[in-house]
Amino acid sequence: MSVSIRIRNAVKRYGQSTVIPDLSLDIREGEFFTLLGPSGCGKTTLLRMIAGFNTIEGGDFFFNDRLINLVDPSKRNIGMVFQNYAIFPHLSVKRNVAFGLKNRKYAKDRIESETLKFLELMKIAEFRDRMPEKLSGGQQQRVALARALVIQPDVLLMDEPLSNLDAKLRVEMRFAIKEIQHRIGITTVYVTHDQEEAMAVSDRIAVMKDGIIQHLGTPRDIYQRPANLFVASFIGRTNLIEARLETEGPAMTLRFSDGYSVPLPNVREEFRKDMAVLASIRPEEFRIGAEGEPGLRATVDSAVFLGPNTHYHVHLDSGQQGEIIQESRLDNAIPEGSVMSLAPRPEMINVFTPDGSRNILAGVRNDAIGA
Amino acid sequence: MFDIWTVLYVAIFIAYAIFLLYPMFAILRNSVVAENGSLSLEWFAKFFGAKYYWQTLVHSFNVTIWSTILTLVIGVPMAYFYNLYEMKGKSFLQVLIILCSMSAPFIGAYAWIQLLGRSGIITVFVKQLTGLVMPDIYGFNGILLVLTLQLFPLVFLYLSGALKNIDNSLLEASDNLGCSGVARFFKVVIPLCMPTILAAGLLVFMRAFADFGTPLLIGEGYRVFTVEIYTQFLGETGTDFNFAAAISVIAILITAAFFLVQRYLSSRFAFTMNALHPIERKKAKGPFNVFIHLFTYGIVGLSFLPQLYIVYQSFQNTSGKIFKPGYSFGSYTAALKRMGDSIPNTFVIGGIALVAVIIIGIIISYLVVRRPNLVTSTIDTMSMLPYVIPGSVVGISLVMAFNKKPLVLTGTVAIMVIALCIRRLPYTIRSSVAILQQIPITVEEAAISLGSSKLKTFFEITVPMMGNGIISGAIISWVTIITELSAAIILYNSKTVTLTLGIYTFVTRGNYGYAAALATILTMLTIVSLAIFMKVSKSKEISF
Repeated sequence: MSVSIRIRNAVKRYGQSTVIPDLSLDIREGEFFTLLGPSGCGKTTLLRMIAGFNTIEGGDFFFNDRLINLVDPSKRNIGMVFQNYAIFPHLSVKRNVAFGLKNRKYAKDRIESETLKFLELMKIAEFRDRMPEKLSGGQQQRVALARALVIQPDVLLMDEPLSNLDAKLRVEMRFAIKEIQHRIGITTVYVTHDQEEAMAVSDRIAVMKDGIIQHLGTPRDIYQRPANLFVASFIGRTNLIEARLETEGPAMTLRFSDGYSVPLPNVREEFRKDMAVLASIRPEEFRIGAEGEPGLRATVDSAVFLGPNTHYHVHLDSGQQGEIIQESRLDNAIPEGSVMSLAPRPEMINVFTPDGSRNILAGVRNDAIGA
Repeated sequence: MFDIWTVLYVAIFIAYAIFLLYPMFAILRNSVVAENGSLSLEWFAKFFGAKYYWQTLVHSFNVTIWSTILTLVIGVPMAYFYNLYEMKGKSFLQVLIILCSMSAPFIGAYAWIQLLGRSGIITVFVKQLTGLVMPDIYGFNGILLVLTLQLFPLVFLYLSGALKNIDNSLLEASDNLGCSGVARFFKVVIPLCMPTILAAGLLVFMRAFADFGTPLLIGEGYRVFTVEIYTQFLGETGTDFNFAAAISVIAILITAAFFLVQRYLSSRFAFTMNALHPIERKKAKGPFNVFIHLFTYGIVGLSFLPQLYIVYQSFQNTSGKIFKPGYSFGSYTAALKRMGDSIPNTFVIGGIALVAVIIIGIIISYLVVRRPNLVTSTIDTMSMLPYVIPGSVVGISLVMAFNKKPLVLTGTVAIMVIALCIRRLPYTIRSSVAILQQIPITVEEAAISLGSSKLKTFFEITVPMMGNGIISGAIISWVTIITELSAAIILYNSKTVTLTLGIYTFVTRGNYGYAAALATILTMLTIVSLAIFMKVSKSKEISF
C-alpha cells in the first residue's frame, strides 16, 4: 500500500547552523520523486527526516493523514536503500533479504516464499546463499533493493544508491530501478546530485539549494523552463549572455550587445518593459550559420569530437566564452579559428531577471509550494 | 531519549566512580595528610628533600628514555626491512617477535640473570675459557637490556601496521623524483609513519616506566621509582602508606604529562592513509640482504634466548635450589604440588576479567561512538585514565580504598578482577572504538528501518559485525591478563596466586627450577592463545 507524503514547514538545525529553514512539499502517491541538488543542499537531510534518522526541529511530516514526527523509525514501514548499500556483511544474501520479514514475525514459509519472490524479481536468486563480500557492486545494490522492497513498505527511500557504481552499471541500474518502481507502484523518494540520473528515473524532481526548493516539476519542466538561473545552470549546461529586453509597440524583443535581436512573444505581463536581462541558451539550441548570416558572431577556439556530437568552445565579439554542440556529420567539422554566426532558436531561450532569481517568460511550471 | 543505553551508561559511570575515582581519591588524600591528620605536603617534601628518594626518579627516567630510544632504533628499521624486503621464514619470525613481547618482563630478567649473572652459565663459561670477566648485568645495563629486548616488538608491530597502510605508489613516486634508498627512508617513510612512531614510543615509555618486576630482580643497587613505591608500601623495612601514596601521585603526574605531550605531537602529525596497493616486498641484493637477515634474526634470537633457556631449565633435575645433572619432569611435579592452585586461579581470575573486559569494553565503545554526550565522553576520559597509571599504583589505590568498611575487598578474587579490568579496559575500548568507527551507521539504520528494535539491532547486527575484531582483541587481552604482575603483586594473597605470581614467588625464593616449570607452562598457554588468534584473526594485526 502506497502513501502520499506531506511535509509542512520542516526545519532542520545542526547546532547553530540551519540546514533547512522552512520547507513544505507534497509527494504524490505512487510517484517517483527525486530530491536533486549540489552537496550540502539538504537533500539527504530531508530524506533522513522522512526516514526518522534525523530529528525534526520544526514542522510536520505526514504519511497520508498520519503524523509521523514521533513515530520510531522501525515503526514507519519504510524501505530504505543507502548510498553504501548497508548490506549486513555477516549474513548471506537470503538472510539479508529475509531480515525485515523476520522482524515482522511472519510465518516461516511465508518468509521463505516472499524472500524468494523478491530475489527473483531483482534477478539475484542464484546468489541467495552467497555472502555479501562475494558480490559485485551491482549485485549488492540489487540485494539492498530487494531487502527494502520485500517488507512491502509504504514508502521507498533511496539515498544516492548508484553513486558507488561505475558509469556503465549506473545506467543499467537506473532502468532496473525505474522499472521495478513502476511495476510495484510504490511512492519513492530518491536523492541524487546527478541531474542526468534524476531526469532518467523521475516522475517529478525537486531541485534544492541551501535547504530551499528552487523548482519542482517534471524533468521536461525544469530543463526547458527552469524557474531561475540556478536551476538553468544546475540542470544541464547553458550559455548565459547579457542582453536587453526592449518594447517595440506591443511586441517584445531580446537584443544582444552586438545588435542582433530575436522577437520574444512569451514575456510575462509584469516584465513587459525595457530592462537588462540574462539570456540562457543551451549549447544545442543554436543554428550555426556562415559568417555574415544573421546571428551572434562567434569565433571557434577549439573543437572536441565526442562521437554523436561535436562540442565547440567559442568566444563572442564581446569576449564572452560559450559552448556549442552540433550533431557530428561526415562533412560538417568547423576548423578552429573560423568565424561563424549563431542564431538561437527563439522558443528555446530562457530569460532571467539580472539577479537570476526569476524566469520572466510564461510557461514555467513549478509545483513548489509558495512558488 | 531514555532507553536501555541510558541505564547502562549510568551504571558504568557509577562503577567507574567507585572502582577508579574513589581509589584515586584515596591515594590523593593519603598523599597530602600528615600523620597527625592535618593537610600537609610533608611527604612530597620528604621525597624531594632526600637524594636517596628523588634519585629513583632520575634512575627511572634514565632507564625509560634510553630503552624507548633503543627500542625505536631497533624496531623501526626492523619493521622497515621486514615489510619492504623478502625475508626468509618471515611468518616464523613474526610469531617469534610476538611471543617475545608477550612474556612477563621479569621472567626475561631472571632468565638473563641465569645466563649473564654472577654465576650465570655464559659468565662462567667465558671466564673458564678466557679468564675474562663479563660486564656486569645488574643495575642500569641489565634493566636496559631486558626492557629493550622485551619492548622492541611493540615498535615492530606498530610500525608494520603503519607500513601496510602506505601505498606502494608513494614509494614509487619518491623513487621517481630521485629520492631512494636511505634518503627515502628518512624523508618519506619515517615522516609517513611519524604518528605511529610517536604512539609506539609512548607505549614503550609507559611500559618501561611502569615496569617493576625487571628492576626489582635485576636492578639491585640501581633503585627506580616503581620499586620504591612497592618497598614503601609492602617493604620489609616497615611500610609507609602516606609516603607510598605521595610517590604514586608523582608517578601519575609524570606519565600523564608524557601522555599529553604525545597527544599534542601526534595531533600535529596526524593524517589518514589507506593503501590501495600495499607495498610489495622486494628482494634485497648481496651484502644488504645478508645484513638485514643477520640484524633481524640476531636481535630476535637474542630476545628469544631467555625463553628457550627457561624451557631447557624446566626439565633439569633439581635438588632444593640447586640444579643437578640429568633431566626429568621433577620441577613440574614439585611446582604444581606447591602452586597447583595457580593454574585454575589463572583461568578463573583471568577468565572472569576477560569476559568483563569484553562486555564492558563493547558497551562503552558503543556509547562513545554512537551516543556521544557529556556522560559518555566523561566515561571515555575516565576509562583512559588507567592508561597513564602504573599498575602498582592501581593496586595500591585499590588497597587503600577497599581495606576498610563499608566495602572490604582486599584478598578477594573480586579485587584482582577489578584491577585487571581497570588496567586492560583502555586498550579494549580504544580498539573496539576503532572497529565500530569502521562500521557505517547506515548498516544499523538499515536494520532499524526494517523493523528491528535498537537492542536487537545491537546484538544481531552490530556485535556480529564487530565479532572478528573483538575476538582477536580478546585473545591479546587474555595474554596480557595472564602475564600481568605489577597490580596483582600488591593485591594477591595465598588463595589468589596466579601462574605469573607463582613464578615470581619461586624466583624470589630462589627456586629457579620450579619457576622455570611454571614459566614454561605460561609460555605454552601464550603460544596456544596466539595460535588461536592467528586462526581467528583475518588481519593478523596485533594491537596492544
